[in-house]
Amino acid sequence: MEYILQILPSLLSGARMTLSIFFWTLLGALPLGLIVGLGLTSRFRPFKAVLRLYVWLMRGTPLLLQLIFVFYGLPMIGFTLERYPAALFAFILNYTAYFAEIFRGGLQSIDPGQYESAKVLRLTYWQTIRKIVTPQVVKIVLPSIGNEVINLVKDSSLVYVIGLGDLLRAGNVATSRDVTLVPLVLVGIIYLLMTAVLTFVLRKCEQHYSYWK
Amino acid sequence: MLELKNITKSFNQRIVWKNLSLKIQDGQILCVVGQSGGGKTTLLRCISGLERLDKGQMLLDGQPFDPIASRNNDAVIGVVFQDFQLFPHLTVLENITLAPKLALKESNQTAVEAARELLTKLSLADKADLYPYQLSGGQKQRVAIARALAMKPKILCYDEPTSALDPGLRDKVKAIILQLKAAGMTQIVVTHDWEFAQQIADQTFKIEPQKQ
Ligand SMILES: Nc1ncnc2c1ncn2[C@@H]1O[C@H](COP(=O)(O)OP(=O)(O)O)[C@@H](O)[C@H]1O
Ligand SMILES: [Mg+2]
Repeated sequence: MEYILQILPSLLSGARMTLSIFFWTLLGALPLGLIVGLGLTSRFRPFKAVLRLYVWLMRGTPLLLQLIFVFYGLPMIGFTLERYPAALFAFILNYTAYFAEIFRGGLQSIDPGQYESAKVLRLTYWQTIRKIVTPQVVKIVLPSIGNEVINLVKDSSLVYVIGLGDLLRAGNVATSRDVTLVPLVLVGIIYLLMTAVLTFVLRKCEQHYSYWK
Repeated sequence: MLELKNITKSFNQRIVWKNLSLKIQDGQILCVVGQSGGGKTTLLRCISGLERLDKGQMLLDGQPFDPIASRNNDAVIGVVFQDFQLFPHLTVLENITLAPKLALKESNQTAVEAARELLTKLSLADKADLYPYQLSGGQKQRVAIARALAMKPKILCYDEPTSALDPGLRDKVKAIILQLKAAGMTQIVVTHDWEFAQQIADQTFKIEPQKQ
């Protein structure tokens, strides 16, 4: 017990890093994903082709590779980022692609008649997107977004390869220093707590959208 | 008065109708009838600016009128779609007030008052806070009518207003259409229901399928 209290502060500070990566990635990747998703459903072919290429690259290569590429690779062509911004950059880039694909599917499942009915009511394109399309898409995509959100918590542990002190790293350091399994078990428990809270929040969100069908 | 002059529309070289001319007098009911596939819906979509004409002209009160370009001017054409296309995530009241608030910049209070008045006229006063999935087909249709009317259109168009309804409800739609006529609304009703058309029309226009 004493030992747990002793290592807890370092684990919690690691958890803070994990949560901050998680939070900022979501904040960046969700709106960007919606915008890229809109682009993927647009009629402008060259634009769509570029976005498709981007999504293919991001989903077709490991996030770990992207992380290493951004932090160790880009400086070689004169583009240097600190560890933390590099991690956020790679995560947002990667998750935007996943979210974009989910939003694309959601957008394509909206009845074209909804756009037309908004059009004859003389809503502008952006008013239609904001007031008519987005609420319906959000309801449709919420379960799939939820999956990715849970994945993101766990994926955030990948930042250890570029030397950021996240939760997993904190546990790892303590385990190899003190030769005990306790820190790793604690790390597992903290991850479980975080995903449990998220699962709960996501379920609440889905319930919030259940007032209409 | 809306006047269509020698209008032609085709999809990928396939002509839907050709050199069609038509006049609709203010305050009257025009029924466009014809077999399924004859291009009735397409005509409605051209009038409401959802499709572009290949050729020909539309005149509104003698002035050239382009429903596609006139999007930011006064509301001119209202549409009640065959499947209504209510917004499922908004209540009946919100469905009706959304466009007046966003497009006509009406205050919330003005829009809500006008909407409640329309709902009362269409005997939907007690449905204001329900969502579309909680309504019957006939009620959905009346909400769609109220939503279109809230934009104060000069002309109101209906696509197959009787097709999604039980036979008993036909008389109810008929009553509403005639009630609106009495209030001075110009209406275009597209239908394959010849009998219904005869009951309400001041003028009928038959679209013949094109021989290719
Ligand atoms: N967007 C479209 N693209 C190609 N063909 C279409 C399109 N819309 C309608 N058509 C064709 O135009 C013809 C008329 O259709 P429509 O106006 O829906 O007829 P109606 O409403 O009288 O049943 C049909 O042959 C239909 O297949
Ligand atoms: Mg039709």
